[in-house]
Amino acid sequence: MAEVLVVVDASGGTVRKVTLEMLTMARALGEPSAVVLGAPGTAAPLTAALGEYGAAKVYVAEHDDLDGFLVAPKAEVLAALVAEKSPAAVLLSSGQEGKEIAGRLAVKLGNGLLTDVSALDADGTATQSVFAGSWVVKSKVTTGVPLVTVRPNSLTPEAAPAAAEQVGVEVAVSDKAKKVAVVERVTAQKSARPELTEASVVVSGGRGVGSAENFALVEELADLLGGAVGASRAATDGGFYPHKYQVGQTGSTVSPQLYIALGISGAIQHRAGMQTAKRIVAVNKDDEAPIFDLADFGVVGDLFKVVPQAVEGIKNRR
Amino acid sequence: MNIVVLVKQVPDSGAERSLAGDGWSVDRSGGTNVINEMDEYAIEEALRLKDETGAQVTLLTVGPDHAVDSIRKALSMGPDAAVHVSDEAVAGSDALGTAKVIAAALGTLEYDLILSGAESTDGGVQVLPHLLAELLDIAALTGARKVTVEDGGLLVERQTEDGYEVLRASGKAIVSVWDTINTPRYPSLKGIMAAKRKPVTTLTLADLGVDAATVGRSGAATTVLSAEPRPARGAGVKVADNGDGGDQLVAYLTAEKFV
Ligand SMILES: Cc1cc2nc3c(=O)[nH]c(=O)nc-3n(C[C@H](O)[C@H](O)[C@H](O)COP(=O)(O)OP(=O)(O)OC[C@H]3O[C@@H](n4cnc5c(N)ncnc54)[C@H](O)[C@@H]3O)c2cc1C
Ligand SMILES: Nc1ncnc2c1ncn2[C@@H]1O[C@H](COP(=O)(O)O)[C@@H](O)[C@H]1O
Repeated sequence: MAEVLVVVDASGGTVRKVTLEMLTMARALGEPSAVVLGAPGTAAPLTAALGEYGAAKVYVAEHDDLDGFLVAPKAEVLAALVAEKSPAAVLLSSGQEGKEIAGRLAVKLGNGLLTDVSALDADGTATQSVFAGSWVVKSKVTTGVPLVTVRPNSLTPEAAPAAAEQVGVEVAVSDKAKKVAVVERVTAQKSARPELTEASVVVSGGRGVGSAENFALVEELADLLGGAVGASRAATDGGFYPHKYQVGQTGSTVSPQLYIALGISGAIQHRAGMQTAKRIVAVNKDDEAPIFDLADFGVVGDLFKVVPQAVEGIKNRR
Repeated sequence: MNIVVLVKQVPDSGAERSLAGDGWSVDRSGGTNVINEMDEYAIEEALRLKDETGAQVTLLTVGPDHAVDSIRKALSMGPDAAVHVSDEAVAGSDALGTAKVIAAALGTLEYDLILSGAESTDGGVQVLPHLLAELLDIAALTGARKVTVEDGGLLVERQTEDGYEVLRASGKAIVSVWDTINTPRYPSLKGIMAAKRKPVTTLTLADLGVDAATVGRSGAATTVLSAEPRPARGAGVKVADNGDGGDQLVAYLTAEKFV
């Protein structure tokens, strides 16, 4: 069976959910092999999960240069591996790093690149959303090994135990690839909440929430539902909530089972980041707010009355 | 210091947009084309460096003839000059094709630093800076929320999924900026008047020595098979809060098994 390379996206010793999604998606095209690129010791804690989700092999490329310089060394190592293995496709996650590595591979190998892919058929046809999710496009790579970046939360990972045989990859990074050094990497304190792009429930607040203090209400509802907290750009620009939680065109794209929008009007750029949610709930005092056009359940009312009542109601059901 | 800012004209992301033609390219014929929002932040960052160090700022765009309207607007913010690559054969390029054209155009310019937006709202592929870095063999520092030019080098701070990181490079570099980096200035009346007289050089692929077959639809390494507007979500239930909105919300969440 053809080999499909899946470039592992991990953080703090655990694979991100998107990696398991990629391993699942890769099986439509062939047999997935995971590729771990990082500092020495990166692969060991990841291998079990990779095997559980179908990685027949785990290529381990470990070297301090892969961690100490920005993406170019990773692209260099991966390009050599792709040239050697001629896989049916290379899958990377659609985050900043995944896209950047993919872009560099496209130049190095002259291969076609498709970004933000949500589905992949056995014949290599990819599904993408464009224009803030308002158009659905099917496309295909016509030159070389397809380079595909996969949008998180596009499918449900399915376990398919495989050997996860570790194969060492020699790493020799050229000076050319060492142009950008990472001088400092600061890890923010991890919140107890699920990661925004991985959460199955997201509760977001907008300008209507009014202040940073009031976001406690958004957090309270999120915590009761085991969800992550998101925010509109008006809320992040207004300093109500940190920018990294912004949902939308210039923020994260989320695709949860449930998205609750509190005091958010539903501008097209916000919808870009959340309209593929399975269920959408909105609370807004403006009956005409565009968010109601996509809400499965909407409450026209003051969020400061509706949400506290809902919070009480949920607590009473426990 | 010479700074080149990459700017792209895109269909307004707040308006109706569509794909058209046999290659399903972005329909750029509508009247709602604007400067890619992120690129205004790149222009502002260049102007900040110009104010500080007296740098020369040149805009570079690849796009159809009417992209010049956006170029004039961008010039009114304060850059010194612009280069516009316009050629029918560029239409339908994928990211790699666009990058090849931009790289060739940069070859005709003097630059120490290239600034760009982190992503465009039409293609939104976010890869152009790294494609250029590969093609030109220069450094790429992407998604900056802070840029510091120091002796013989550059420091960039950027947000990451886990927190933030600080990057350092020396030599020629492309830096792409995120919209958290600054607040773009509004053009002054004086700026608008001055923009009319600023030099805009128009170039074709032939001027750049780029073989038309290697870019555009013919040179693309990907092809669009089909495209259609996403079906609208069916309208749901909307209730007015008459004192029990929260309870109704809980009833819905319970029925859907979220609580
Ligand atoms: C290029 C570009 C990129 C962008 N990217 C993003 C992005 O990534 N994410 C994003 O979110 N936006 C983005 N925007 C901005 C977007 O256009 C909107 O301006 C933004 O989403 C508005 O946020 P909002 O809904 O919170 O605020 P508003 O539009 O001001 O809406 C606030 C809503 O709250 C309601 N409200 C007020 N008080 C209450 C109350 N007490 N109870 C109930 N409801 C109340 C109001 O009725 C109103 O509908 C982008 C814009 C551009 C041009
Ligand atoms: N046709 C173009 N002309 C000039 N600059 C461009 C063009 N396309 C993209 N860019 C620049 O590259 C950035 C990233 O674009 P993209 O990779 O398309 O998301 C944009 O914000 C622009 O600064």
